[in-house]
Parts: sequence; structure tokens; C-alpha cells
Amino acid sequence: MVPMNYYIVLAFILFFIGLMGFILRRNLIVMLVSIEVMLNGIIILFAAISHYVKDVSGYIIIFFVIASAAAESAVGLTLAVLIYKKLKTVYSTDINNFNG
Amino acid sequence: MVEKGFEVISEFNFLVFLIPFIPFFASMITLIFGKKYFKENSHWLPVLGVFTSFLISLKVLLDVIHGKIYDFDLYKWIVAGHLKVGLGFLVDPLSIMMTCMVLSLSFLIHVYSIGYMHDDKGYYRFFSYISLFTFSMLMLVLSNNLLQLFLGWEAVGLCSYLLIGFWYEKRSAANAAKKAFIVNRVGDFGFALGVFSVFYFIGSLYYTDLFKHLDLIANKYISFWGLKVHVPFLIAFLLFCGAMGKSAQFPLHVWLPDAMEGPTPVSALIHAATMVTAGVFMVSRLHSLFELSNAAMAMVAFVGAFTCFMAGSIAPTRFDIKRIIAYSTMSQLGYMFMACGVGAFAVGMFHLFTHAYFKALLFLGSGSVIHALHTNDIRKMGGLKKFMPVTYITFLIGSLALAGVPGFAGFFSKDAILSMSFFSKYPWGKAVWFVGLVVVLLTSFYTFRLIFRAFCGEYKGPKDHRIHESPKVMTIPLIILAIGAIVTGYLGVPEALGGHPIFYHFLEPVLGKPHVVEGSKTVEYTLMALSVSVCFFGIFLAWLTYMKYPSLQYVISSNFRRFYEFFYRKWYFDEVYNCVFVQGALWLGKWVVIKISDNIIIDGAINGSAWLVRTVGQGLRKVHNGIVNYYSAFVLIGLVIYFIGYLILMK
Repeated sequence: MVPMNYYIVLAFILFFIGLMGFILRRNLIVMLVSIEVMLNGIIILFAAISHYVKDVSGYIIIFFVIASAAAESAVGLTLAVLIYKKLKTVYSTDINNFNG
Repeated sequence: MVEKGFEVISEFNFLVFLIPFIPFFASMITLIFGKKYFKENSHWLPVLGVFTSFLISLKVLLDVIHGKIYDFDLYKWIVAGHLKVGLGFLVDPLSIMMTCMVLSLSFLIHVYSIGYMHDDKGYYRFFSYISLFTFSMLMLVLSNNLLQLFLGWEAVGLCSYLLIGFWYEKRSAANAAKKAFIVNRVGDFGFALGVFSVFYFIGSLYYTDLFKHLDLIANKYISFWGLKVHVPFLIAFLLFCGAMGKSAQFPLHVWLPDAMEGPTPVSALIHAATMVTAGVFMVSRLHSLFELSNAAMAMVAFVGAFTCFMAGSIAPTRFDIKRIIAYSTMSQLGYMFMACGVGAFAVGMFHLFTHAYFKALLFLGSGSVIHALHTNDIRKMGGLKKFMPVTYITFLIGSLALAGVPGFAGFFSKDAILSMSFFSKYPWGKAVWFVGLVVVLLTSFYTFRLIFRAFCGEYKGPKDHRIHESPKVMTIPLIILAIGAIVTGYLGVPEALGGHPIFYHFLEPVLGKPHVVEGSKTVEYTLMALSVSVCFFGIFLAWLTYMKYPSLQYVISSNFRRFYEFFYRKWYFDEVYNCVFVQGALWLGKWVVIKISDNIIIDGAINGSAWLVRTVGQGLRKVHNGIVNYYSAFVLIGLVIYFIGYLILMK
């Protein structure tokens, strides 16, 4: 039996990788991938806790999260494609139309 | 203060209510509908209104003679804690006498104005304003408390402003109106403080309560910046500030001569006969307060005497017919205050009463001259008695009354003032008497200077001008006033001349007996003879200077240049006030208000807030760079700070 702590640490590492990827990388696609990594970290946490407390509601939330993550990446990729079509770039530093 | 023998009626009386309010409604209706509907018929309503009021006031006068006094509140005006003030009326001999005088003069002047003001484009405005003035003055005299007196006091000031500036397109008229209003404001500030202190020390503003509780403050002192001040003196002084403003006494007298910019009927009604007497009326009304403090009485007497002499000395140097009469008004008001200051309030009121008629007459007479000649300058007049006989004769009667020639009204009242001050029990009586005697000389001199220059000799104006007598609507009021200028004097023939001064007996329940020591008849006759001979000497001097040897006129002005200049420049009061107050205020405005408060504080606050917003914006702009990575980093930082704060607070 793998202890609970391991899952928590793993979830945290995944989430942190995703977070740093989202903040530090400039490529929009990579940023979308980073979001998926963060979501996966959270999913692992939900699954672990659900398993340990013997409650299925965590698993149910996971399905919802996966579904919405799929939708989100679909929308996100579409936007990335459109942005590329319009601005000929996928680097977030070049997309600064809202510069104040 | 109400003596026995009077029946006090404290129920609402409709007739008394109507006396001030008929002119008020007439004024308001004329003001609203005059421009569009009444036009050149605007005079009917105010004239009829004032006439009705006058008839009612005569009826009420009969009631008062038969021993009734009305003292009632119309309604509670202000109720705040201990302060209870009603809008009410007090009709006693003093106020009904003033009411009858105001209304009779107001009526005659209304009628006169029909002729004088015709074809003026502000015709309806004029009648509305003088009716409003009548209302204000009646509220002032009929009030039963100090606050309503103050209401009337301010309202007459307002009407005076409106009417001095009646021809507001004329710059000098607009300036004179402002000057009158601002100078009066100084006095009214003192008056308001006086009303406050009456409430503070006595606890009521009603005359009846006030006189009942005067002993509370009779011997009270308060310390004020380390000085012990006698409370009655303090109150009397503050109230007298208002009287100085309204009655044009030194040092607040400067507005009255300039007020002559208004139409002449206004000068007659407001700046000679009624409004300017409000100060004298107020002092007489509160005479028991003033009598508590000898210092206050001395102040009244000296201010009166000084103004009397000063105005009398300026008048002979003027060339504007209305300003000569304006200065004589100031001088006569000085006489009234002298009478009050030596404790002879009834005599002061008597002079007020007679003066009102002959001064209104003189003003209306000069108005008639101005109407005919379209000039105020007596150097361009002369020989007018051929052209305007009615004006000449009535003007002469007014002048004789003003100079104090025996048989005319002014003689009886002025002589009463002189003898009362001579016999006064106050130590300054003799000094006041002496000033009064000197001013008798000045008065008769400048009055007859005016008569000789304007009505006698040769006409000096432009030759092509056809001079005509004024229309009947103007001359008939003159004739009635001329009768008044003779007859009113006989209401107060002194007992020494075998008369029966019903005027004094009528006012005695309110004003008390004058404070005099017993004097012998011989002394009184001597004084009378002295003042009459001084008066005739003044007339003789004027005749000598202006009729017999015209070259004499220039003796003083050319040989004693400095001396003459001093009087010609009105004792330099305007210059000094301009230098000290006007320039002072301008300096303050330029260097303190503009430089410091405006430029630094107000502009600083406005520019500073703009600068603050701009700087903060510039700083935040760097953060707002439109790059999504930075935004997410800020969200992260925000969350971290939130959690750290949460953890710290949870501890």
C-alpha cells in the first residue's frame, strides 16, 4: 500500500511543474499543456483522497474535471490557432495588444 | 413698559394685521403682473393699498388714543429650545405714531411718483419696490420682538438697495447701491450680535419680557479680553452699531449721500423720512436698556453731535441739490440722536416726526426742480421762483422749517432738543447743546444758500430750455406736505410758550419723561431767543454771501484752500475708507486670497490630486503590459500573499 503522503507530494510536484510552465513558458501551446499538467496534479489528489476515505464523490469530480479539461483544451487550442492566423505568432510576449 | 391706564389686547386683530400686509400684497401682485398686464397702470394698486392702510392706521390710532394697546403674535415663527419668537405686532403710542407717519408720507410719495416716474420703463418695478418698502418699515415699527425688528431692518435695507440701484444701467447708481448695502451690513452685523446678546443675557426677545427682566443685567459685568464690560453698555453698543449704519451716523454715514443716485421720491421716502429714522426709533424703543448705561447714552449723544456737526459743515460745500439735502438729513438725524443721548427720547421722536414731513417736502421739491431742469447742479439753476411758483413756495416753507424759523415745525422740535439738552441731568448736555447751536447756524446758512442759488437771482442754465411747473399730481403732495411742515410743529408747542404738547403726552407712557433738571423760564426764553437769532444770523449770512455780495462766496474757497478742501472732500472720509478698507480688502484679496489660499491651497489641492493620479497611473501602467504570463504570476503572488495573511491572522 502506497502511503497517502506520496500521492500528495506527487500531486504537488505536478501542480507546481504546471504552474511554473504556465508562468514561465511563452509558447501558447506549451502553456495549454501546462494547464493540463496542473489539472492532472489535482485529479491525482482527488483520486488519492477518494481512495483513502472510501468515498466516490472524489472520482465523480474527476470525471467532471477531465470533461471540462478536454473542452477547455479544445477551446484553448482553437484560440491559439486563431491567434496564430491573425498575429502570425504563438509567443505570449508578442501578444500584448492590451498593453496599458 | 406699558403703563397703567391702558387696556392690553392680546387677541389677534385683523385690522392691525392688514396695516402692513395690504402694501405687501399690493407690492407682490404688482411685481408679478406689472410687466405684462398693468404697465402704465401699475400705480393704482400700491397707491390704493397704501391709502387703505393709512385709513386703517388712523382707526387704530384712535383706538390707542382711547387707551387700547395691541400686543399679539400672528404665529410662532421660531421655536428652538428656550428661543421662542413669534411674528407679532405691538401697537402702542410709539409704534402707531411711526405707522401713521410712514403711511401718510408713503401715500403722498406714491402719488407724487405717478408724476415723477411716468414713462420710466421700470414703472411697475418702482411701485412694487416702494410698496414693499412700506411693508418692511411697518413690520419694523409694529414688531413686538427684536428678531422681527431685525427682519424689517434687513428688509428696508434690501428695498433701499433695490431702489438706490433702480437705474442699474448707470454705473454710479449700481455702485452707490452696493456701497449702501455693504456699509449697512457692517452695522447690521453689530445689530445681530446685539440681538444675540439680548437673548443670551435676558433669555427673551420680546420687548415686554425684555423690559420686565432688565434688572437682571442692570449691574452685571462680564470680562472680555481682560476688560470688565458693563452688560447693558455692551448690548446697547452692539445695537447702536446697527443704528449707526441705518441712520447714517459717523462712522457708517458714508452711504447716505451716495444713495441720492436713486430716484428722488425714493430719497424722500427712504433716505430722508422713514428708513433712516429706524435707528432713532430703535434707540427710543429700547430706551430703558440704553438708560441703564451712562456710557451708552454718552456714546449716542456724542455720535449724534459729531455727525450733526460734520454733516452740517459738509453741506455748504456741495453743489448737488439732493446731496445738500442729504447732508442736512444726516445732520438732523444727529439732532435726534443728541436728543436720545441726553435722555429726551420723546423730543427726539418729535423731531423725527416733524423732520419727516419737511424733509420729504424738501426732497420732493428738489425732485420737482430736477424733473423740470434735468440737472442736479445748483450752479445751473437760479431764478426758478418765476417759473415754478408752487415748488418755490413749498420749498421755502420746508427750508424755513428745516432752518428752525419760529412758527414752523422744525423750530418747535429743534428748540425742544436744544433746551432739553441744556437742562439735561447728564453732564454732557451742555456740550451737546453747544454743538446743536452751532449747527443751527450751519443749517440755516446752507438751507438758504440753496434757496438763494436755486430760486432767486438769474437763471443760469442753458437758454433754450423751457422750464415748466410740475404737473398737479406732483404739486398737490407738495402742498399737503408743506401744510404738514407747519402744522406738525403745533403738536408739540412747549409749555414755556403757553402750548400744550400733546405729542409728548401721547408718547409719555412709552418713553417716559425727559431727564431734566428744573430750569427757570427766563433761561428757557433766553435759549430760545439765542437759537432763533443764530438761525436768522445764518439766513442773513447766506443772503449776504449769495445775494448781496456774490464775490464773498469765493473768500473761503480761495483764501483758505486747505480748510475748504477738507470740507469739500467730506472730511476725507471716503478717501480714508477707500484707503483702509477698500484697498485693504483688495490687498488681502491679491496677496493672501489669490497668492496663498487660491494659488497654493486650492490650486495645489486640485493640481496635486491630478499629479497623484497621473503618477500612480504611470506606475501601474508598467504592470499592465498585456502579457498573460505576468498576469498569472500576479494572480499567484496575490494568492500567496492572501494565504500568508490568512495563516498569520489565524494564529
